[in-house]
Amino acid sequence: MSSRRSRQSSASVSRISDDQIIELVSKLRQLLPEIRNRRSDKVSASKVLQETCNYIRSLHREVDDLSERLSRLLATIDADSAEAAIIRSLIM
Amino acid sequence: MNPSSLKSRFTTRFLRALTKINAHKPISSSSPGPGEIFQRYRRIKVAADKSMAYSVRSRRTWSRATLWRLRTRSPRSRLATHARRSWVKTRSTRAASHGKEKKEDGGTVEAEELRELVPGGEAMDLCNLLDETAHYIKCLTTQLDILDRQECTSREL
Repeated sequence: MSSRRSRQSSASVSRISDDQIIELVSKLRQLLPEIRNRRSDKVSASKVLQETCNYIRSLHREVDDLSERLSRLLATIDADSAEAAIIRSLIM
Repeated sequence: MNPSSLKSRFTTRFLRALTKINAHKPISSSSPGPGEIFQRYRRIKVAADKSMAYSVRSRRTWSRATLWRLRTRSPRSRLATHARRSWVKTRSTRAASHGKEKKEDGGTVEAEELRELVPGGEAMDLCNLLDETAHYIKCLTTQLDILDRQECTSREL
């Protein structure tokens, strides 16, 4: 992929191929929980980018929430149980 | 990228870090103050981000950017932050001129927003940005999965 890119950028005035963009955008679309269920041909690239931004923000928020919940949980249980929990989730 | 091996690499590192964080706890476990909880929350969050970035290593621009950010966030390295900012500025002006020439259906505005969300995004052209974003999302969901699992096992006790 990197060789394809450098070939193109040397060829014209840094024109990224439309097909490449479409391919990458559709790959992104597959990851988004909302758009995945809708009919694929109706979604524009800018909408996909927008949904991606929202999705990443919500993922960040979830990581924050989970980290906070974990910190509260681990504060309440004693050291041995914490070790046990960690080992158990490793085995799971 | 084999998801199962990324997952196991991340899990190992993260749980190792979590063990260290737990070891910091004071022996007298009277109800911990909000300051202590906040500190632990920060440590856990950093551990999660660090573990993920280290598991991906320098294979991806976003993980390199995350590792740089984590390494230079201490107050000593104000010089490093300044150096990074000027580096990013030169890269982003180059990338921005690429993006403007592209002129797709309003892709530039949303792409700018995305660039702020993905670590290292300011220096990427549109193609790279989309590619990195897909990988970044996959890793974020892995991270969440394992954090969630850890919470469940901790709750069961």
